[in-house]
Amino acid sequence: MPPLQLTLEGDTDVLVTRKFNATPENVYRAHLEPELICQWMAAWPGWTMPACETDSREGGAFRFEFDGGEEGAFTTTGEYITLTPSSLIVHVERMHMPDPAPDSHVCTTFEASGTGTLLTLKMSLPDAESRQGMMDMGAADGMELSYAKLDEIMS
Amino acid sequence: MDKSTNQNLDKVFSALSDSTRRAILMKLTNGDVGVMDLAAPFDMSQPAISRHIKVLETAGLVTRHRQGTHRMCRLAPDALGEIEPWLSMIADRYRNKYDRLDVVLEAMTPTIQGDE
Repeated sequence: MPPLQLTLEGDTDVLVTRKFNATPENVYRAHLEPELICQWMAAWPGWTMPACETDSREGGAFRFEFDGGEEGAFTTTGEYITLTPSSLIVHVERMHMPDPAPDSHVCTTFEASGTGTLLTLKMSLPDAESRQGMMDMGAADGMELSYAKLDEIMS
Repeated sequence: MDKSTNQNLDKVFSALSDSTRRAILMKLTNGDVGVMDLAAPFDMSQPAISRHIKVLETAGLVTRHRQGTHRMCRLAPDALGEIEPWLSMIADRYRNKYDRLDVVLEAMTPTIQGDE
């Protein structure tokens, strides 16, 4: 499985690409069906999703609750803007900590690639305030800057 | 991170959003380079390169100094230190999620792929 790629695009976008050994239909479904979402969307080890509700229609809302025990908890809510089965999800989301952070606009595309799927996620850069919130949540320890790594993600 | 750091982070992201500016930055990771020499590999006028350098300077990513008659550019110490953790965090977050998604997808009933 090729590693995840992260690049900056334009003035305000972060682009994430990743390949999966599954059909676009399945990868798309795994992004919309609560019983599938709750198995993977909590990003950190030890975190769970006690609540996961999606109204997967254009204009429909979703609500995800994440619980990290002693590490904290937060809720993400959002709305689906565009849903094209097996190929495109456009949505807005915001974290509540507990005050809502500004909306983040996310566009996820699913393309057949060989026998698998290429997923591309384009996220508008959150503004400084929401980045701050994400950093608070993300516990980014003072990592040593590595130009090689930067080169890799910027290339 | 205080507010001023965040405002600067916006400038950094904006400065890094251009491929020429990223290339200039990468060149500077090997040491100081003269302003004239920086323009050489790019199909671009000297004023255009100077404007790019100015953007990088405003974002606090490079500094300029004189060395004899030459104007030199230098990578600011720890210039990218504040943006890197943020990008790393985003990448880590999705890396973790998508690794778990692999497992979920494996357990799903495979659907028939059309003839490719």
